[in-house]
Amino acid sequence: MRYQTVIGLEVHLQLKTKTKAFCGCAIDFGKTPNSGVCPVCLGFPGTLPVYNKEALNSAIKVALAFSCQIQEHTKFDRKNYFYPDLPKNYQISQFDLPLSRHGYLDIFSDNKTKRIGITRVHLEEDAGKLIHESNASMVDFNRAGVPLLEIVSEPDLNSPQEAFDYLTSLKNIIEYLDVSDCDMEKGSLRCDANISLRPEGSKELGVKAELKNMNSFKGVKDALVFEVDRQAALLEAGQAMVQETRLWDAENGETVSMRNKEGAKDYRYFPDPDLTVFIIEQTMVSRIKSQLPELPHDKMRRFMRDYGLSEYDAKILVSSKKNAQFAEECIRKYPGKDKKNMANWLIGPMLSEANSRKVELHELNVNMEDLISLIGFVENQSISHLSAKLVLTQMIDSQKPAELIIRENNMLQISDTAELEQVISGVIRENEKSVTSFRAGKTNALMFLVGQVMKKSAGKANPKIVGELIKRRLTDA
Amino acid sequence: MELNQLTAHELLDKLRSKQVASGQILDSLYARIEAVEPKVKAYARFKPGNTQANGLAGLLPVTVKDNICTEGLNTECCSKILCGFRPPYDATVISKLKKSGNAIFPLKANMDEFAFGSSTENSSFGPTHNPWNLECVPGGSSGGSAAAVASDEAIWALGSDTGGSIRQPASFCGVVGLKPTYGRVSRFGLIAFASSLDQIGPITKDVEDAAILARIISGYDPNDSTSVNQDLPDYTDSLGKDIKGVKIGIPKEYFIEGLDPEVKLVIEEAIKKLESLGAVSKQVSLPHTQYAVPVYYIVATAEASSNLARFDGVQYGYRAKSDSLIQMYKKTRAEGFGEEAKRRIILGTFALSHGYYDAYYLRALKVRTLIKNDFDAVFKDFDCIITPTSPTPAFKIGEKTADPLQMYLSDIYTISVNLAGIPAISIPCGFSKSGLPIGLQIMAKPFNEGMLFRLAHAFEQSTQWHKVKPRL
Repeated sequence: MRYQTVIGLEVHLQLKTKTKAFCGCAIDFGKTPNSGVCPVCLGFPGTLPVYNKEALNSAIKVALAFSCQIQEHTKFDRKNYFYPDLPKNYQISQFDLPLSRHGYLDIFSDNKTKRIGITRVHLEEDAGKLIHESNASMVDFNRAGVPLLEIVSEPDLNSPQEAFDYLTSLKNIIEYLDVSDCDMEKGSLRCDANISLRPEGSKELGVKAELKNMNSFKGVKDALVFEVDRQAALLEAGQAMVQETRLWDAENGETVSMRNKEGAKDYRYFPDPDLTVFIIEQTMVSRIKSQLPELPHDKMRRFMRDYGLSEYDAKILVSSKKNAQFAEECIRKYPGKDKKNMANWLIGPMLSEANSRKVELHELNVNMEDLISLIGFVENQSISHLSAKLVLTQMIDSQKPAELIIRENNMLQISDTAELEQVISGVIRENEKSVTSFRAGKTNALMFLVGQVMKKSAGKANPKIVGELIKRRLTDA
Repeated sequence: MELNQLTAHELLDKLRSKQVASGQILDSLYARIEAVEPKVKAYARFKPGNTQANGLAGLLPVTVKDNICTEGLNTECCSKILCGFRPPYDATVISKLKKSGNAIFPLKANMDEFAFGSSTENSSFGPTHNPWNLECVPGGSSGGSAAAVASDEAIWALGSDTGGSIRQPASFCGVVGLKPTYGRVSRFGLIAFASSLDQIGPITKDVEDAAILARIISGYDPNDSTSVNQDLPDYTDSLGKDIKGVKIGIPKEYFIEGLDPEVKLVIEEAIKKLESLGAVSKQVSLPHTQYAVPVYYIVATAEASSNLARFDGVQYGYRAKSDSLIQMYKKTRAEGFGEEAKRRIILGTFALSHGYYDAYYLRALKVRTLIKNDFDAVFKDFDCIITPTSPTPAFKIGEKTADPLQMYLSDIYTISVNLAGIPAISIPCGFSKSGLPIGLQIMAKPFNEGMLFRLAHAFEQSTQWHKVKPRL
């Protein structure tokens, strides 16, 4: 039987506010354990939470970026459970009146744009961290009380790749908003996935598994790929699925059941009486909305409109906020008429250099003026495109200007026809067979002859001129 | 009269005119404590001969209930689970007292564990005895504070009131007790029982002292989101004013079966007294009164079950030795909490449980709104409401411990006030034949404490009840 995969993601984002969500502690993760704490975030008896307006602002920004409806009345609730990293043994979260609902996120997957529903975005506090040693477990409360944003998607994702693309898009937007570091390895972005399979065409959802413990986007994808196969095999074998939480074991590449009584969990949510219901004024929402930065989608449209870029090219450039910034500056400075020339250089050689070095475009430290001059050499046919790429690599490695590298390496193309004619004569003499084939109408032979000339000139011959010269010589004679 | 027998405002006058020094006041208090504390047991952690009158900053010492955080001073809520807990911070009320030049008395007042009770019998340090009759309870949960003030072991004191825990012991001990409007006094540093009901308030020898102390501890606090930013009048301005034309509502639902005839008689006399001073009274109805106790025991226990979750042996207080985390949790809480605390945690946990939340907690919240609406309706036409503080005078120690429901009913007249968030005061208004004090409760509109002081002071000035002292 064919199955449809149904995935919903729950993302937790640590907001990088100055202070914690409900107390005045500065947030600084570099600190030694339990140095960034106060009686309030330690949940000491008698202390009370007061919510952080900056965190609320950031949360509204994110909700608006996902086109969510901001709820006028919202409140905080207590989620009750015992765990040593949770100082009060309840977490301040939001239950039935979340900050915002009903948003969406457009993802670009498999060359198609797909709209994924966002169920809700709400604010809560983070817990501390357990540190396990051979004979003891310890708690570090530095993280306790850091504002967390929970972003829950609808089960609209239908493949592990779509889940991956959703996370990439989400991270991209958050990066533009500059409200979180979004670093999964450092835990500032965490993701749990709900996945189930159902027979193709079926309306009912299958029994789901909740996957935890992934610490990279790739990990999320790998865990989902594993889970699709595992669930399909179970269904094929006619075995009943159990609703359960499974942990991703990246080392062994498999998900493992947590074997706890998931159904018995009862968080006894109720409104936190220490924090009154509050109203989010429409004027505040409008103000935040008007201050939102240009988001990736809008930037992409603008790049297409203003610089004549294709959707594909524009999308690549905006997929990183910093790359987009650098690229836009380059394109603006580029004096040529066709802005696409610069865009092609950025998306092509520049991005591949950046990717191979695992850095962002601006971190290549390529001087923009210098890049423009390098492109100029190619455009006026002073050097070949191929040599230009080599020059770029050297520019990055040696931090020397393009022109100097070209001169030092004697890379200027030979466009002097007299000089070229000499080489061409030699090649024609030595390759009679190809000459005959060309005359017989085989155009491939021309390519071969040009190649030979290039080889003899150590790559410096201008291939376009060489081709024309050979053609003229062989057809004239 | 000894210095410790005087009211705070009398002592303040003497201090200002340099007739006495604060050290003398402390000496007289300690002498009294050494003499009668073994009988009354108003203080937690008291050891005979251990009282020393030195190193106190400030003028008048204030006795503080054991659930209000005092920096560096044990604050244990009279519970084993918090044994040895010394907060590294002061409650906002304590900071305010210190700022206004008052001293924090180093001994903390006994109470029912976590303020769970109406008799101060549920304390890990044993019960407090009523100074008027040592075989009786002082009321609760602020029984230590009330007994200390009544026995002149304290000049004045702070208690906390979640369902009557200031007013009922004030009534049982023949002193003045005020529960301010919810949001009037910061709860920061008050170890929470039920966050939506708790308020700190004064327990004093007379109305003037209550007005002074209430003013000092009140006011908006940015550290408590539920505190309210409202004008704070000088309550002493309300003292000495006549009460001509003040409209008093007498709710018929409070004068029913279960009300001790002796108490009824004394309250009716008191109302007559107020009328003779120019007030007018009329019967009114608070139709949802009968639901107050059940609503309270759902809301209060639900909040308590969550508030008390933090006492788990991980960070502070008592920790039972155990091999595993879960066993440590279980043993710590089983050994650290008393019977009543466990009962309320279980009740509250049940009320919030999946499948019961709507039927209990949510429903209770709705009825709570109805109870509040009852008061709003009466206060449209009346300035205040008068009732007995408690249906009976103080009962015997041990009399109700076997029957929690009977114990819960002793708060039947005080609970609605907390549910509605309004202010109320209890003042002495007479005695039973057996010589036990009886309290009169006055309720007013939110943030209208001034009306309470005006009426209470007018009554007090025309009676002598507050001047009678127990013989110990």
